[in-house]
Amino acid sequence: MYSRAIELAVGVFILLGLGALFLLALKVSGLSLESAGQTYRLYGEFSDVGGLRVRGKVSLAGVTIGQVKSISLDPQSLKAKVEMEIRSDVNYLSRDSIAVISTAGLLGEKYVDISVGGDEETLQDGEYFDSTQGALNLEKLISNFATSKL
Amino acid sequence: MTQNFVEVRNLTFVRGNRVIFDDISLEIPRGKITTIMGPSGTGKTTLLKLIGGQLKPQKGSILVDGLEVTRLKRSELFLLRKRLGMLFQSGALFSDLDVFDNVAFPLRVHTKLPPDMVRDIVLMKLNAVGLRGARRLMPSELSGGMARRVALARSIALDPDMIMYDEPFTGQDPIAMGVIVQLIRLLNDALGLTSVLVSHDIQESMSITDHLCIVADGKLMGQGSPAELKASGCAFVKQFLQGLPDGPVPFHYPAADLSTDLLREAAR
Amino acid sequence: MMLRSLQSLGRQGIENVATLGRAGIFLAASLFAIPRLAGMPLVIRQLYREGVLSLVIIVVSGLFIGMVLGLQGYTILVDYGSEQAIGQMIALTLVRELGPVVTALLFAGRAGSALTAEIGLMKATEQLSSLEMMGVDPLRRIIAPRLLAGFMALPLLAMIFSVVGVWGGKMVGVDWLGVFEGSFWGNMQASVDFHDDVLNGVIKSVVFGVVCTWIAVFQGFDLVPTSEGISSATTRTVVYSSLAVLGLDFILTAVMFGEL
Repeated sequence: MYSRAIELAVGVFILLGLGALFLLALKVSGLSLESAGQTYRLYGEFSDVGGLRVRGKVSLAGVTIGQVKSISLDPQSLKAKVEMEIRSDVNYLSRDSIAVISTAGLLGEKYVDISVGGDEETLQDGEYFDSTQGALNLEKLISNFATSKL
Repeated sequence: MTQNFVEVRNLTFVRGNRVIFDDISLEIPRGKITTIMGPSGTGKTTLLKLIGGQLKPQKGSILVDGLEVTRLKRSELFLLRKRLGMLFQSGALFSDLDVFDNVAFPLRVHTKLPPDMVRDIVLMKLNAVGLRGARRLMPSELSGGMARRVALARSIALDPDMIMYDEPFTGQDPIAMGVIVQLIRLLNDALGLTSVLVSHDIQESMSITDHLCIVADGKLMGQGSPAELKASGCAFVKQFLQGLPDGPVPFHYPAADLSTDLLREAAR
Repeated sequence: MMLRSLQSLGRQGIENVATLGRAGIFLAASLFAIPRLAGMPLVIRQLYREGVLSLVIIVVSGLFIGMVLGLQGYTILVDYGSEQAIGQMIALTLVRELGPVVTALLFAGRAGSALTAEIGLMKATEQLSSLEMMGVDPLRRIIAPRLLAGFMALPLLAMIFSVVGVWGGKMVGVDWLGVFEGSFWGNMQASVDFHDDVLNGVIKSVVFGVVCTWIAVFQGFDLVPTSEGISSATTRTVVYSSLAVLGLDFILTAVMFGEL
């Protein structure tokens, strides 16, 4: 009642569709197949995360080494607590590293930039960055500047 | 086994505001050819659909082979319909299947017969309507008469107990009409079927029918053998069978008197 | 006069609600009649007609829309010196919005109208009645396979559309206008999330698939079986499907991406 050619064409069609989903996943959204279990967590408390988003980049010397997992408010210190997932092969972040929230370009997106210090000991899973620097708030900066001038 | 295959009792069917059937009763005797006649638009096709359970009446009962159609469940209805064949006015062949597959369709759906047996049955049925050679044609390549014959072969594929013909003669050339008239008679006698015809072709129907019902205005005007009805004194039956232009069914659509109508126009 | 027009308005409203009810009952009944394994050949046949035959128009429109996005995005973004964000812009627009929506609109025009006309013609030539009189449920035999195939075809088509569109945008942006390829993909991958963007887009297209096929099949099944009835039902299919898709798109977008 129906020919083999139709079966074949429909098969190709479904493969094309699934292939498209595969491409969307890997090429477009950059979903990598090796992710789970190969990261460790670090935390940082910032006075101001202004505009940092979940899934934002965490980079070291401009190279992406992880991403922001969650952002929440710490009820004791009243600071923003940022949870970061760092690739586990990057296990040489010294204990006195500094996490800074920076901006890519003038208006680009916010990311966490890490500068490594000179301590022998390294940060382990679940530990906090000792020193952090929050987002540069242009508005605050300008108003500070204006008031100090007066 | 009752003598009548179908018994319609006190049937009332209303569609919208129109009363199609008003308390009508009639019988279709088993093993015979019954013709239901009446002017266009009296719901003859509707009657067939009521018998087949496609429509539900507001009142009354319809017994088909002892089963009350109006109260059957959907699954029971489908079971009953396997035993009824219906030939639609247009043939209603499936346009995406060829002649062979059209006839094989009910066999494939309702039976688990092996393919070569299906093939044998289909060829026999097609042979009965004289179209064995046309089995690989598509419905669009058939003439109206041939399409109707294929549809006939399809409706007898499952060896039904009754076949309903919806206007089998309309729009046919005389030869095709002759073929169909003969087929209806032959199939009825050879397969021991009960046949119901809906038609207003008086000559053709009268030549093969055993039992005649005349329906008009939602009522049964008369029923009996052709000879009985010809002798009937009813004015409507007389007008209908003889095809007189004027009689109980007036020539004029209801209107005011002609002269007053004309004068009113002039007075304006 | 006033009263009469009010009256007819009310009657129209009641009629519309009743039609909606009929459509709902129809959908429920057809879903009950979704074929089991034995009916798969019927579904495959419909997938061929609704999916494979729509492939060409989907691929061609996807390509051109992607190229236009690349061109427009470039001319706007280059003013801010951030033309490398073009990849992100193209991918997000396609995956979230244009992929599902344009595919659904094209599907309504290409496959939906054909479905309505086909089923309408089957009704007009009494094929549906004849099935019923043969003891075969037309919902199971004719309607359910078409519905199922539509549900499956549209998401597949939408994903193909998005991929082809991204590729078209890359062709214009990277190969012709000289955006650096690494930042094109990098920006795209950094901003498109598989779960939030790609999967939500797929969910949208599934919803559109259900709605478009439902409208098309119901319009075919419910039409007045004359040539006039078929042509007006075909028009209704395209108009209603398009409106439903655009309206639903807003609601779905608000639920998925909005912060309402």
